[in-house]
Amino acid sequence: MISDITIGQYYKENSLVHRLDARNKIILTVLMIAMIFSCKNFISMGIVALVVFLSVLLSKVPVKMFLKSLKPIIPVILFTAIINMFYVKGGQEWSFWIIKITEKGIYTAVFMAVRIILLIISSSILTYTTVPTMLTDAIERLLSPLKIFKISVHSWAMMMTLALRFIPTLIEEIERITNAQKARGADFENGNLIDRIKSLVPVLVPLFVSSFKRAYDLAFAMSCRCYTGGEGRTRMKQMKFTLKDVISLLFFSASFAVIILINKQFGALI
Amino acid sequence: MSSYIEFENVSFSYRDEEEGTVNNVIKDLSLKIDKGDFVCVLGHNGCGKSTTAKLCNAILIPDSGRVLIDGIDTKDEDKLYDIRRKVGMVFQNPDNQIVATIVEDDVAFGPENLGIDPKEIRARVDEALKQVEMYEFRTFEPHKLSGGQKQRVAIAGIIAMKPECIVLDEPTAMLDPRGRREVMKTVKMLNEEFGITVVFITHYMDEAVKADRVIVMDEGKIILDGAPREVFTHIEKLRSVGLDVPEATELASLLNRHGVNIRKDILDIDELLDCIVSLTEDKN
Repeated sequence: MISDITIGQYYKENSLVHRLDARNKIILTVLMIAMIFSCKNFISMGIVALVVFLSVLLSKVPVKMFLKSLKPIIPVILFTAIINMFYVKGGQEWSFWIIKITEKGIYTAVFMAVRIILLIISSSILTYTTVPTMLTDAIERLLSPLKIFKISVHSWAMMMTLALRFIPTLIEEIERITNAQKARGADFENGNLIDRIKSLVPVLVPLFVSSFKRAYDLAFAMSCRCYTGGEGRTRMKQMKFTLKDVISLLFFSASFAVIILINKQFGALI
Repeated sequence: MSSYIEFENVSFSYRDEEEGTVNNVIKDLSLKIDKGDFVCVLGHNGCGKSTTAKLCNAILIPDSGRVLIDGIDTKDEDKLYDIRRKVGMVFQNPDNQIVATIVEDDVAFGPENLGIDPKEIRARVDEALKQVEMYEFRTFEPHKLSGGQKQRVAIAGIIAMKPECIVLDEPTAMLDPRGRREVMKTVKMLNEEFGITVVFITHYMDEAVKADRVIVMDEGKIILDGAPREVFTHIEKLRSVGLDVPEATELASLLNRHGVNIRKDILDIDELLDCIVSLTEDKN
């Protein structure tokens, strides 16, 4: 059961989107988010939605997966929509009892909901199609110019990778400690909230102790394998910007230009 | 020919700064290991065998005396990475030495640190994984492998750096019998086919039997040193330092003591069986 854990939410598939350079995918996602925020009316939002939908299709990740990632966000979407509906004034007005709803309020509510949904879907495309280590790798390479400000991007990326690597190991450890404490009569299921939180202490203390031990061992093992930091290191897996990366980048830039034009042409809704 | 690993009157102690105690772990140890040897270091917990391992690739530096690896003194800080390239180290817990989330990325970690060309790394990684028979698992996540498989990945990570010697610090202590067999078979193969010098630290007798040479340590000193056949005849001495002898050896020695004309230096069941069979044939 522990072996079922997959780090991150990568969905294994061999699609065009999966094969894009991870660095490019991060840039595209940032572009997409910028596009979503710059939309000012339903026409431009429609175009962005089309681009997002196209990306979803090309990624070959089932729509079901995206619905799953939207599910926890539904309360946020509803809350934002309702707040906008009541507080934005303008246009025709309808009133029942003490509630007043305006035409512009409804538009804004729908607009906001669509915006959040598109944001979630577009960032999910990135995480569904890219292995977490590739992501940290790509972030490292994209941020490497920060070296001139004496920021050690490599160390941060290494820490991220190691954190990802140790998630399943620590989960296993927690399970082992919990079982060991249960065998000694610890009670994790009963009692009120405070009791339950207190019952976690005998799990967390050994977990921390063993994590420090692991960190110590790992540091030894890494230095035995000649690790000295980012300097002079090469990478087995090179990232290559290929034609499809260039095309996708051009396509996204073109869509962005179209959206800015439409915003100007048709005026702003909000 | 000079030895590959050479300890010259090495002493080492751990100091506890807070309590002000000094724990002398290694006491005036001298040791020579030749290139291409398969040496097993045996000993009870706290006998200094792990410390000996760490002295071999400059994780620890001796307090007095010196350790030479292929003629390089481990005290020489400029040569630190030369030494670590020559002497790879595999630790007890496979989980604590795997760095990456994918098997092949982990094997690539060492060569990447050495700044090797990406194509060459790819070739080395594939070769190393094939050598330890883990090639078909190259895209797996380490936590989905068994203990023995993880330890083999750790070994692949070391041999991808093309070391001349591998020091394994109780690599089988956390494994089940099957994992132990897998690891032992891999290490034996690396020694025999690729001529890699192996220093194998363990407390399992049946593993020590497979070595060319067995060194038994107690309280920071070498008490027995020789071929397994020779070392395991010293049953009483091994017992006195809390070690056992292989069952077959013990049985042979018991039979011998009770007047049966049987050799004392028997290592495994098959050998014992042969001897007993030939004994009965002689009588007939």
